[in-house]
Order: sequence, then structure tokens, then C-alpha cells
Amino acid sequence: MAGNEIRRAYAVHGGDYANGGRASTAIKDLLKALAVRADVIRRVAIAAYEAEMNVVMYARRGTMAISVTPARVTVEVSDEGPGIPDIGLAMQEGWSTATPEMREMGFGAGMGLPNIQRNSDEFRIVSEVGRGTRLFIQVAMV
Amino acid sequence: MAVGEAGLTLDDVCRVLDAETLVPGRPEAPVQSIGAADLMSDVLALGTAGMLLLTGLATTQAIRTATVADLVGVVFVRNKPVGEEVLALARDSGVPVMRTHLTLFEAAGRLYAQLRAPRGRP
Repeated sequence: MAGNEIRRAYAVHGGDYANGGRASTAIKDLLKALAVRADVIRRVAIAAYEAEMNVVMYARRGTMAISVTPARVTVEVSDEGPGIPDIGLAMQEGWSTATPEMREMGFGAGMGLPNIQRNSDEFRIVSEVGRGTRLFIQVAMV
Repeated sequence: MAVGEAGLTLDDVCRVLDAETLVPGRPEAPVQSIGAADLMSDVLALGTAGMLLLTGLATTQAIRTATVADLVGVVFVRNKPVGEEVLALARDSGVPVMRTHLTLFEAAGRLYAQLRAPRGRP
């Protein structure tokens, strides 16, 4: 992979709980195939999974795009959905707007965005109410 | 979610919990730690690689969580019905799955007591 950038993109469908996590698993498999270090893989996979499930739970649809270089792994998640009115509040551990259906799936603990940030070396989030949300997640290889 | 250090294998866990194996793994696979939770975000936040998850959430999301978090396996408690889609995903993902009749509390208690017992085979 020296000197190369590898890119992949995955579609995520809102409400598709049956396939929720499929893209993140594909990302993990890609990183394993590229012989990325195990701890980097785990952090990227957890962050990607939390981001993917947010799209499934809250948005109409979204895209997960991954870029892998010798220096870093970057995952950008963008969705079309309601957006987040108060990002500061959404970043607080335990704060959740989960429905009973989401909790039945085991989510809605209010840990999603904090988990993403915790596993990222660089994390940015922008959102527009009525349009959607974009996440920028980056994990360094070294 | 409570996480405790372990010195057990999957085979030990199966015996201690009187569990049935739904998707086999390596019997000698080491269990690095044990966690009990029904909220997957808690598992992702607090779990560690090599952890065994005790849970009542018998869904594909428990298997997805085990996959992304590098868990050593999943034990469904209270004889929860487990759908074929869950087992198929576990087989495809290489996630060992067991099921026990014990409650989450009882299963965690038995394993905790095992951790506190003098070293030796359970």
C-alpha cells in the first residue's frame, strides 16, 4: 500500500436495522486485508459502526466513504436526515433521543457520538437541521 | 456494564454456565475479560478485545458489536430464542455463540465466582 490511497464507499439505508453494521464490517474486513494494525482496525470499526447505526436509526439514507493511506484511515459519513439541533448536547454521554424501537435493538444509550470521538484522533461533525449530518473520523496509523 | 478479568476459556464458560453451543468457536480460546450488558453502545464504550459478552439482546446487532469490538464470543441468557439470521451472521462473522438458561445476574455471578475461585479447572 506504500504511496497509495485506497478508497471505498458504502451506502447505508435509514431504518434498515437488518443490515445495520454491514458497511462497518466491510470496512473492518478491508483494513484486515490491508494488514492494518489491530488496534487501529478496532478503533475505526467501532467508530464506523456507531456512525452507521446513527444513519440507520435517524436518517433517510447515508454514505460511508473510507480512505486508507500509509499514514491514516479516514471515514467520512454523510446522511440525508433531520440533522442535529444541538451538537453540544448530542455529544454529552447519556443524552439520547432514542425511540423504544432503537432501545430494543440495543442502542440509544447516548454513547454513540462520544464513542466515535473517543476512538478518533481527529473528529469533526457538522449538521444542518432539515438536511442532514456529516462526520469526519480519522485514525492515525502510527 | 461490569467487566472483570478472566483466566478462562470458552470451554470453561460453557461448563460453568451449563450452556449450549449454538455457533462453535475454538474451545481453548482464551476469555480475556467478561462483560454483561444489553446496550451495545455501552459494550463499544467499555468493552475490550477478547471480552466475552453476556447479553439478553439476541439480535444481529449483538453479533455486529462482537465483530467490530473483537469480542471472543457472545452468550445469550435466559434461553432467549435466537433467530436463524443471528446464527447465520455469527457463522459468517466467526463469532462463537452460546446460550444459557441462567439469568444475566446468575450467569455473571457464576463467572465472577469462578474468577475468585482457587486457580484450577472449573
